[in-house]
Amino acid sequence: MNALILSAILGVVMMFSGAFLKQKTTVRNIAIVGMVLLLLVNILEMRGIEFFKINTHGMIAFDQFALLFNSIAFFSTLLYFLLSSKDMEKVGINYAEYFALIFFILCGITLTSSFKSLLILFLGIEIISIPLYILTGSDKRNLKSNEASLKYFLLGSFSTGLMLMGIALIYGVSASFDTSAISFIDGAKPSALLVAGMLLLLFSMAFKVSAAPFHFWTPDVYDGAPTVFTSFMATIVKAAVFIAFIRLFDEAFGSLQAQWKLFIAIVTVATLFIGNITAVFQQSVKRMLAYSSIAQAGFMMLSLYGMNTDAKEGLLLYTAAYSFATIGIFAVLIKMSDYTFEGFNGFAKHQPLLAATTTIFLLSLAGIPLTGGFLAKFYMLKAAMAGGKNLWLVIFAVLMAAVSVYYYFRVIQAMYFKDGDAKHTIEVSPAFKWTLVVLAALVILLGVFPNLLLNWFYF
Amino acid sequence: MIPVLLILVPLLTGLVTFFFKDEKAARSLTFFSSLLTLAVSILGLTLLKDAKNLQYQCDWLPALGSSFSVKLDGVGQLLCLLNAIAYPLVFLATWKTSYTNAKNFFALMLLAQAGMMGVFLAMDALLFYFFWELALIPMYFLCSQWGGEKRIQVTFKFFIYTFIGSLLMLIGILYLYTQTPTHSFNISAFYNLTLTNKQENIVFWLMFAAFAIKMPIFPLHTWQPDAYEQSPSATTMILSGVMVKMGVFGLIRWLFPVLTHASFQWGDFITPLAIIGMIYASLIALRQDDLKRLVAYSSIAHIGLLCAGMFTQNTSGVQGVMIQMFSHGINIIGLWIVVEWIERNMGTRKISELGGLAQKAPGLAIFLVIISLANIALPLTNAFVGEFLIFNGILGSFTKYYVWFTVMAGVCIILAAAYTLRMVRKVLFGETNELTVKATDISFNEKLALGIIVVLIFWAGVYPQQMLNLTSEATDTIVNKFETLRASIQK
Repeated sequence: MNALILSAILGVVMMFSGAFLKQKTTVRNIAIVGMVLLLLVNILEMRGIEFFKINTHGMIAFDQFALLFNSIAFFSTLLYFLLSSKDMEKVGINYAEYFALIFFILCGITLTSSFKSLLILFLGIEIISIPLYILTGSDKRNLKSNEASLKYFLLGSFSTGLMLMGIALIYGVSASFDTSAISFIDGAKPSALLVAGMLLLLFSMAFKVSAAPFHFWTPDVYDGAPTVFTSFMATIVKAAVFIAFIRLFDEAFGSLQAQWKLFIAIVTVATLFIGNITAVFQQSVKRMLAYSSIAQAGFMMLSLYGMNTDAKEGLLLYTAAYSFATIGIFAVLIKMSDYTFEGFNGFAKHQPLLAATTTIFLLSLAGIPLTGGFLAKFYMLKAAMAGGKNLWLVIFAVLMAAVSVYYYFRVIQAMYFKDGDAKHTIEVSPAFKWTLVVLAALVILLGVFPNLLLNWFYF
Repeated sequence: MIPVLLILVPLLTGLVTFFFKDEKAARSLTFFSSLLTLAVSILGLTLLKDAKNLQYQCDWLPALGSSFSVKLDGVGQLLCLLNAIAYPLVFLATWKTSYTNAKNFFALMLLAQAGMMGVFLAMDALLFYFFWELALIPMYFLCSQWGGEKRIQVTFKFFIYTFIGSLLMLIGILYLYTQTPTHSFNISAFYNLTLTNKQENIVFWLMFAAFAIKMPIFPLHTWQPDAYEQSPSATTMILSGVMVKMGVFGLIRWLFPVLTHASFQWGDFITPLAIIGMIYASLIALRQDDLKRLVAYSSIAHIGLLCAGMFTQNTSGVQGVMIQMFSHGINIIGLWIVVEWIERNMGTRKISELGGLAQKAPGLAIFLVIISLANIALPLTNAFVGEFLIFNGILGSFTKYYVWFTVMAGVCIILAAAYTLRMVRKVLFGETNELTVKATDISFNEKLALGIIVVLIFWAGVYPQQMLNLTSEATDTIVNKFETLRASIQK
């Protein structure tokens, strides 16, 4: 509850700060301080200190899972602010508003991670989506940005419509929006109405996490949006929707596993396949990262398929490892003038530190041991394989992980082994470098001692 | 304590080396580090060989059922020793080779050593997988950065091959883990598993894929000659001397004792593959003009014999493999040192462009002849002991095709003699040409490195008992499992 209210307040504060403060540095500093506060009050709530006590009538439950994810999301956003908030200046003149929108999105994230009622889920998803439509189109003189925004908006509203329809159908059966009330329905003989409603929810959530075959908006939107905001969308937002996804199917539809398992399996396989194979053929690193985010979503889908304690723990680890690594790569990518793979040629010679940290992030995304990405993937595989079942799915997933090595390592090859003719005159501050080093250290720390994160789960 | 040191010394010095500015200092530090590792390894064999010192265990990922558990058993001793000996030799022999960004080169070399140590020491499957990959990643960077012209594609092929293999192995490990009653990755839990036949078969192929690619076994070997040819020489030495042993070692520790039944069942399928690979590689080696490729193919042939020896699953065969792993590592590093010297000083690796080196470089000639004779397993040399035991094992193996296997594998020994002696003849003897006439003899560094190798060759060739004692316990554990199985089948 702390974070929910504070993030809404901070959103408003940032909105007004743009009107009253002329200095962009001041605005940025307020945002960063606000972010630290947000993280702090959330951690305090994890230790049982609540500043606001509001009776939500059981519609929201800030349990350990939700709070831990919120902490991960806030911490990632803090790192994102530290690394990339300066680059938001280049997007347009409404500098403070961008921060305001991001705080509103975080407000939505606290809702989606803790909902107990389908209405709250819907509210959360909408609070996340609408600011995102705006951020995608924020580079308003750029046609691609406009196109992306429109496309995102149209498809996004359509999927929201599906979601509402699904909620309505479910309400028709259970006479309640409460997830626990839905889970009491006998799973052996569910009514067609309930299954239809559940599938509509599945489709709309799959759309939001860009799982195939609902992924078509992703490459265009991620590519068209200003790169600073792509970074945020592809990491924290996607992770948040995944948390909502697993929460929904665990708490509301846990008894209907027989009905949705097959669908989730198909979606998982399709997402892994399309994401990885298409990423191989990309020429631009930004677009490759868009497809890679689809591929990573495929891996996260395994946690839904597995649906056990490992899956939940693993998903938290996955969101952290994936967000850290992707934010890091995007932070470097934003500084580049050329987004193609060739643009990275000889990067290691000019910027050894940036290249080394980027390599760690890429290794993590590829799932190489010693990085957080490996253990995250490992948890997913373990969750899907509980009891020695689903061997085929797991083997398929690792073969696709092997494919992913191809496109992640292309960047490494370009940075280290190819001679660059491009002029790398990018200027980065020492603070930026150190933040990246910290981020890389975190990625490795997660890969060696994931318990540092996961132990919070059991406070 | 000893196993932890074996991993930590190269790991820490490797990480420190990244931050060095001076190339000389980096080189000296890495050499010193490799000597220190060797000293620790020898201490583990001699002064501190009580069980307390040879193992270490602490919590790592309790929630996953995995612990940081390392132990130095007989096989581990032997391979860690090989790993520890190889590095000083390699550094010594390539002391004069200069690299751009030398500090990174040396740092990565040491990280690879730490990874391989971990592979040989890990008593926990997840930890084993960690180190397995940790050894691979530095190799990828070493070969891609400092190799020959086609290095990027070739190394990438090597990397993708091994990575797919290791991922499949990971699934196998994970599957075994789900079958353990206590949900543990510990090796003893794996050894006590009882699986159905179908389960064993699936996991066998998942795990064997990784080991077969690493060794490599016949249809999966295509990455190897290219990778050996394109890698920088120091890396090639480590790759072929130590790293390919990881594959055989995987069979010994993680495959045979765990999946005894499937290993027994598939023996008749895999041994022919190994033998086909041996013949195929030997025939190609016979026609090679490039020294590096020749040694690479010779290595495939020898490793094929190791694999065939493992699948005899009897005492003689397995003991032969154990000792041959060590011997092959030593011999091939010796050959690479000679090849590297020739390439560095003559500027070519083509056999057709060389000749008459014996007149100009008598020191080199003596060493090359001895190492070549060891390579073809002449009595008194180390390889004779191993190969003799392996052949003895194949002849005495349970399979009904044992005569065929022995004959076909025997053909390879003859072929090995043919291509090795051809190489010696064309490189060392005959008339000098304008290229070799200017040659001078090898310097002190190479003499020292090759001298140590020759000593090791004769020591293991004349008195192999110490090594055999070292590994006999591990061999018995494996062979006993197969004995019980065979006895139950014969009934």
